[in-house]
Amino acid sequence: MRFEDEPVPGYPLPILPGHTSPGRLERVLRAGQFAVTTELDPPDSADPEEVYQRARVFDGYVDAINATDGSGANCHMSSLAVCSLLTRMGYAPVMQISCRDKNRIAIQGDILGGAAMGVCNILCLTGDGVQAGDHPQALPVFDLDCMSLLETARTLRDEHRFLSGRKITSAPRVLLGAAENPFTHPVEWRAQRLAKKVAAGAQFIQTQWCYDMALLRLFMRHVEELGLLDKVFILVGVGPLRSARSAEWIRTHVPGVHIPDAVVKRLAGAADPAAEGRRLCIEIIQETRTLKGVHGVHVMAFRQEHAVAEIIERSGVLDGRVPWYPGRDPQTTTSRMAS
Amino acid sequence: MYAVRQWSVRHARGLNSFYRGFEALLVALHPLFRLIGYQHLERPVARVEKTVKGLLFDCRMCGQCILSSTGMSCPMNCPKNLRNGPCGGVRANGHCEVRPEMKCVWVEAFAGSQRIAGGIEALRNVQPAVDRRLQGRSSWLRAVRERVGEPS
Repeated sequence: MRFEDEPVPGYPLPILPGHTSPGRLERVLRAGQFAVTTELDPPDSADPEEVYQRARVFDGYVDAINATDGSGANCHMSSLAVCSLLTRMGYAPVMQISCRDKNRIAIQGDILGGAAMGVCNILCLTGDGVQAGDHPQALPVFDLDCMSLLETARTLRDEHRFLSGRKITSAPRVLLGAAENPFTHPVEWRAQRLAKKVAAGAQFIQTQWCYDMALLRLFMRHVEELGLLDKVFILVGVGPLRSARSAEWIRTHVPGVHIPDAVVKRLAGAADPAAEGRRLCIEIIQETRTLKGVHGVHVMAFRQEHAVAEIIERSGVLDGRVPWYPGRDPQTTTSRMAS
Repeated sequence: MYAVRQWSVRHARGLNSFYRGFEALLVALHPLFRLIGYQHLERPVARVEKTVKGLLFDCRMCGQCILSSTGMSCPMNCPKNLRNGPCGGVRANGHCEVRPEMKCVWVEAFAGSQRIAGGIEALRNVQPAVDRRLQGRSSWLRAVRERVGEPS
């Protein structure tokens, strides 16, 4: 028996030679396309429809959606759950794993579980400290750090075993990612740290918000000097600022976010600061695209998710390409349902 | 103590050389240690190690010391226990995201490593996950037994 409104599951693609995952993000990156990823603000709710609503606003404009793992140390629906809801619809999520809340036993279980639910991309993060969020009284775990987390995920995938050495019967086929912040101390060492992450297993990188092209260029030059350009896909983090006031607030209150004075001044002088913020974001996207070794952008538009489609559209970086979304190919969908 | 810890990073080169000599001495004493029995030495040595390294580095006795690879800045003082470099939350003044009054231990490690020959190269090593069972045990004795190829 078949229900008419049965959801279309995310069928894995065949894994191409040289690929490590059956996912669309790896396909797009390895095909040399300029990839676009974004971030879904997970709901404070147990309603799956809220997740789908938040995903739908990106339809047709993004290649993958990051499911954050208690970002800012605030409690939300879990990354694993958001991912499994998204894969049910065929979306390509990037499952973020933070070291703050789970030890190596829980994390390895989540990697297997996520892959079983169709997750093809994992982003390995250290995580924000608990003091930053709404539960500062919580125990910070930090059993692993982002580097040993990368190694752990790679061990599961490539050596088909847990850290303990115990064998797993089916390895998680995933593309491994990490974060990097080229815009904070020690700036001279940030590319070295990237090299370490690549050595630990990182295949793609999503950076912190970029508002300073000079620092990004410096970082990319270091990356090139270290011979990393063809070893890792770099996606530059971007996002629209709403006003001079919010930019000021972010740069004083969110550690690691660097916003130059010139940017704040430009927003302060604008008649419509929000529109100016989007314009600035588009300029940064277009400029990053010209940099050697940049393979895409990661749009983090916290509480401005509705603006992502417009920003990507106007930036023109997709070159007319329409990333997959449920319903993009009605015929394929029907044939999948019939099969 | 924070001020002493900062002094240690400034004197990373000297402390590293001292430790090299000290470790060689301990390795030379291995036959004696074996005679006494490592199990008998564990507690008294760990106590001395805790006192000395606690004073110099605010040592947390993780039991798997990597100070020589981190410019004499103890990574276990990082509130996130990062053993592979700084997180992305370092403040504009180089201070810690979690404890704003403290300089980032990895900004310190980067400075200290530049004072040690081969320090920057050592910083590039990917450090494995911490073995939490070793908490409170002596790194010195463990290093000796590793050097002589004996299981610790």
